[in-house]
Amino acid sequence: MADPTTRSAAEQESPKPENGHIADASADPPASAPTMMALRSTDPSAAESITTDQLTIAGRTLRSRLLLGTGGFPSLELLAESIRASGSELVTVALRRVDPAARGSLIDVLEREGVELLPNTAGCFTARDAVLTAKLAREAFATDWIKLEVIGDEDTLLPDAPELLKAAELLVDDGFVVLPYTTDDPVLARRLVDVGCAAVMPLGAPIGSGMGIRNPYNISLIREAVDVPVVLDAGVGTASDATLAMELGCDAVMVASAVSRAQDPVAMAAAMCHAVAAGRLARGAGRIPRRTYATASSPQAGVADFS
Amino acid sequence: MIYLNGNPHDDGGEQTVAGLLRVLDLEPDARGVAVAVDGEVVPRADWSTVAIPVGARVEVLTAMQGG
Repeated sequence: MADPTTRSAAEQESPKPENGHIADASADPPASAPTMMALRSTDPSAAESITTDQLTIAGRTLRSRLLLGTGGFPSLELLAESIRASGSELVTVALRRVDPAARGSLIDVLEREGVELLPNTAGCFTARDAVLTAKLAREAFATDWIKLEVIGDEDTLLPDAPELLKAAELLVDDGFVVLPYTTDDPVLARRLVDVGCAAVMPLGAPIGSGMGIRNPYNISLIREAVDVPVVLDAGVGTASDATLAMELGCDAVMVASAVSRAQDPVAMAAAMCHAVAAGRLARGAGRIPRRTYATASSPQAGVADFS
Repeated sequence: MIYLNGNPHDDGGEQTVAGLLRVLDLEPDARGVAVAVDGEVVPRADWSTVAIPVGARVEVLTAMQGG
């Protein structure tokens, strides 16, 4: 938790959001969010100061709040350039059968870029397969971290909640640091944390759909429901989606297709980097409430009379 | 004969996981490789000692772009 003295006066005075206004991402920023006062007290440059606003998951500290998927990039060169442009320090990989014909050097690329590797269980439809895949990933990459995906439907690729929860419990018991890809259901998110997950990764919309955050209220509710990092995963289509996720209180955003399938992946990777930083700052700054009618920003007094 | 990544594979009789990886042109200390035999993970430390039974289903996996 941040030093409370670094919180701004405006933040301390801001009321709790009323029901129905939660998704405004208005008041009640997390104590760890950067405020202008915090920024001034450390460094006049917001860009500099945001780098001191670190994300911690299961004891591992990350300077970037953007997680990048490696899927869908047309080439390893574009992947490497996009990693650099994104500033991401944690990237996901899938585990697949060795292809003797096209043995890429994905691991070499990731090592060269100095990023941590987060294996996933993409393609698993049962808890059993996901647990086995996680154990294989641990052998392959010497990491206890696993992005747990248990999919229930080939068309939507939506999580299978009962299988996901079962797999999460088994993997936590086996010593894994589990980051589950989950629905935007606050109750399921809490259940996942109850069994020991180190973070939750709710979807904004189906994987690869680029539909953004379909239910921002639920993402806000998840942020309130759990005390582990919330990483928005899936659905991001463009930079503003990532910013909204952070404004809603997410601790980080994961993107894959939005970058890898953009017309210019490297430019989109840079856009996502800025989008996440902007949303984080805005969350900490505390947005103004939405109003139906105008509130003049110029003084009412002293208006000239031209009649 | 075994099933290697879903395909019949003549391994010339019983051999170890390490031996099979050499056939696949993978070094025994290959990074990012994991092996399952009949649905069970074979820890890296056991690659040179665990024999693959005839007819076993062997999965040899590695990192691919994804997620």
